[in-house]
Amino acid sequence: MTMLLQTIDLKTRFHIPEGTVYAVNGVSFHISEGETLAVVGESGCGKSVTMMSILRLLPAPPAEIVSGQALWGNRDLLRLSENEMEQIRGREIAMVFQDPMTSLNPVLTIGRQLTESLRVHLGMGPAEAAQRAVELLEQVGIPDAAHRLGDYPHQYSGGMRQRVMIAMALCCHPSLLIADEPTTALDVTIQAQIVELIKKLRDQLHMAIIWISHDLGVVAGLANRVMVMYAGFVVEEALVDDLYEDPRHPYTLALLAALPRVDRRRDRRLKSIPGAPPNLLVEPRGCPFAPRCEFAMERCRFEIPPLQPVQGTHAVACWVDVTTGGPR
Amino acid sequence: MLVLLFIYAFGGALIFPESYANYTDTSLRLSPPSARHPFGTDTIGRDVLARTIYGGQISLIIGLLAVSIESLVGILVGALAGYYGGFLDSLLMRITEAMLNIPEIFLLIVMAKFFGGRIPEIHLLGRVFSGSVIVIVVIIGLTSWMYLARIVRAEFLSLKENEFVLAARATGTSNFEIIFRHILPNSIAPIIVSATLGVANAILAEAYISFLGLGVQPPTATWGNMLDGANNYLESAPWLWFFPGLLILLTVLSINFLGDGLRDALDPHSRAV
Amino acid sequence: MKPADPLVVVKNLKKYFPVTSGLVFQRKTGEVRAVDDISFTVERGETLGLVGESGCGKTTAGRTLLGLYPPTAGHVTIDGMDVYAARRRRDLLAIRRKAQIIFQDPYASLNPRWTVDAIVSEPMRVHSILPDPKARSERVKELLSLVGLSGQLVNRFPHEFSGGQRQRIGIARALASDPLFIVCDEPISALDVSIQAQVVNLLEDLQDRFGLTYLFIAHNLSMVRHICNRVAVMYLGVMVELGERDELYDHPLHPYTQALLSAVPIPNPKQDRARQRMILSGDVPSPLNPPSGCRFHPRCPLAVERCRQEIPAWREVATGHWVACHKVAE
Repeated sequence: MTMLLQTIDLKTRFHIPEGTVYAVNGVSFHISEGETLAVVGESGCGKSVTMMSILRLLPAPPAEIVSGQALWGNRDLLRLSENEMEQIRGREIAMVFQDPMTSLNPVLTIGRQLTESLRVHLGMGPAEAAQRAVELLEQVGIPDAAHRLGDYPHQYSGGMRQRVMIAMALCCHPSLLIADEPTTALDVTIQAQIVELIKKLRDQLHMAIIWISHDLGVVAGLANRVMVMYAGFVVEEALVDDLYEDPRHPYTLALLAALPRVDRRRDRRLKSIPGAPPNLLVEPRGCPFAPRCEFAMERCRFEIPPLQPVQGTHAVACWVDVTTGGPR
Repeated sequence: MLVLLFIYAFGGALIFPESYANYTDTSLRLSPPSARHPFGTDTIGRDVLARTIYGGQISLIIGLLAVSIESLVGILVGALAGYYGGFLDSLLMRITEAMLNIPEIFLLIVMAKFFGGRIPEIHLLGRVFSGSVIVIVVIIGLTSWMYLARIVRAEFLSLKENEFVLAARATGTSNFEIIFRHILPNSIAPIIVSATLGVANAILAEAYISFLGLGVQPPTATWGNMLDGANNYLESAPWLWFFPGLLILLTVLSINFLGDGLRDALDPHSRAV
Repeated sequence: MKPADPLVVVKNLKKYFPVTSGLVFQRKTGEVRAVDDISFTVERGETLGLVGESGCGKTTAGRTLLGLYPPTAGHVTIDGMDVYAARRRRDLLAIRRKAQIIFQDPYASLNPRWTVDAIVSEPMRVHSILPDPKARSERVKELLSLVGLSGQLVNRFPHEFSGGQRQRIGIARALASDPLFIVCDEPISALDVSIQAQVVNLLEDLQDRFGLTYLFIAHNLSMVRHICNRVAVMYLGVMVELGERDELYDHPLHPYTQALLSAVPIPNPKQDRARQRMILSGDVPSPLNPPSGCRFHPRCPLAVERCRQEIPAWREVATGHWVACHKVAE
């Protein structure tokens, strides 16, 4: 498989009146053509900030990308001019956000918003663009698409709006789609519809997807590979089956143990993770999870563990071998 | 700054007796500022410094009392309309809008003409106040509460949907307590801003109507009617309007700063974590 | 106390919100049928789950049964006392003391201008429990330590706490009047996964310790299976199924329950891939103008003509397993 995007040692900080927020602290990852990579973590773990940094969508100031590279083909996205970046955003890399209501302009019809991007990005004429817009809406499963082009965003339900957002993202045949919690605001039956749709489109269009989520459940059925983030660090990365069957980072382990299962009888109390995520205003020293970790050793508090392979593509940032409980 | 102005207005009274402020020395008509009369004298030889001191008392009292009335009416109307909603809300808001549609200055003039002179003089704190002071206070208070009422209502409408209000109701807290202990403290920021602007507006409103000759009646001095008296001497005796004008400006500015400061001080978010 | 008599009895509860227009004299132009004729009981000491998608009326049901919204029709008794008949303040206070509520949003549910002490002691003040200020502030500290917070935090304001800590303050407030019954309205939905487990375990501990009864309103079906004894499923203002937890999850009868359960992702890739999913088409219709007959029929894969015309009866098909569907055999 061809490498599509490779990010190396990305560090992003925010300078706010209270101090410096260490939001992303040396994140490296890659994604290949046609692959689905899930980025999982709780709020404030840096999963969205990482993607926004790569797409250069963060307002600076307060944001500052301190270091890193994001290689897209042979170009480094972090060093492109704003004009060059605009050519890539929306055309080669598209994004879908959590809240479809705020991403759509409420005073323009859906048709207008769809055809506009077709005309601007692809230089289509009005008739051609309208034709293509109907095709796109049909592709994302909106019934009676030709008639609904004239409707305004508020006339669409939440699930339908998210489908429109996906249609807009698809309009230029991007090779990478970044989906930032696209189903979090939706009900479970609608969420299942959207996940099915994304799977179908991925297979049809052979598109790579980065799926950002806090929900280990949704990710399980969708991703090829999963990256778990905590406090701005990648703590574990593995193929999806390996991660769920053989989690190697104490945080992943604890997160999975904290999830109740809909398909199983209750057998025990939930295992909760004590404490709360660290204060990002403090420069990290040592493993960010150490204060909440049941395996933590002296070393964990002073040395940041690097992300190291443990088995094939399975990599973990931890000084402890959780299978033995002793040092690695 | 405001403290200085209060000291000026009330402390100054200790130095100059009131009779001095009304003492007429026609030999010294319209004399410019000098060592003896630092702010000069007016058309009939009264000391402008002393008059600004006594005028300041009246102006500040008018400002504060008028705003008290304004806030009382505004908060009550806004809170009732916002909290209970429905028919009461519609009724109160239509009345408010009706009042808003009548120009305030027109209301002021009509009411000032109508009530002016009907209220006898009042003796308070060893001083004689013209009855017109009370009239002016009530009039200004009653013609300026509408904006505040609308602000308070809007605050209440959004705050009452908050779950902490529902939580209080679930606890059994009475409506009275919910309105005054839960919701009102949370809408204090816009109320303070509006009230401080109100003080400034009241002082200015008094100045307007005094300027039109309908305000507080002489010989009681206010900053407003001193400006009025300066009307005909804009060029020949600038000290007549300069000092009261400057004092009004300083008062209004410092009250606005005070409002900002109060709002920040009352906000728990600004307390150190 | 007779163990057989349920703590909370809800009979034919309806709550319609009028849609009005007009300036001074408002005309009713329609109504949102948020809760439309639901009946159930909550037994002493149990946790009853109330699940459904957004807009199904579960939150409205929870608030209406506590009398926080005036009902359109129906009766509710809590510990033998009629909630809607309480006209005098004394009777109302007696009910308020027994029944409490915990909210979803830990940011909106605490008064931002009050200290933790004022928030947690409010129920005691209202119900005149422990009039001595010293005893009361001791009790506040005790309640805080019960929910896992330090008593030293009493003079802090809500914004100084994290979401999970705020939710604990909300729980402490609910406990302050020694209630029998607590409506937990999506208490964990706004929290991160690692914090959710903490709060759920806390709720369970408190239930064991004080014999509390919960109505647990949630859309997270996995968590409901974990914490609840019995589960009720709502769709568009009506109850479609109610049963013992494992009975309902292992043998769902109503097609909506089946679809809902099959839509829940399982955090195990192999099982998730192997699973046959039932994906519903379409969206939840508007409660302003609900479908005729069975409200689920436009999305139901099994719907027949009868479902379009006749409202299915709420009936008990096995002991303790209730369902409202024409297609479920007697």
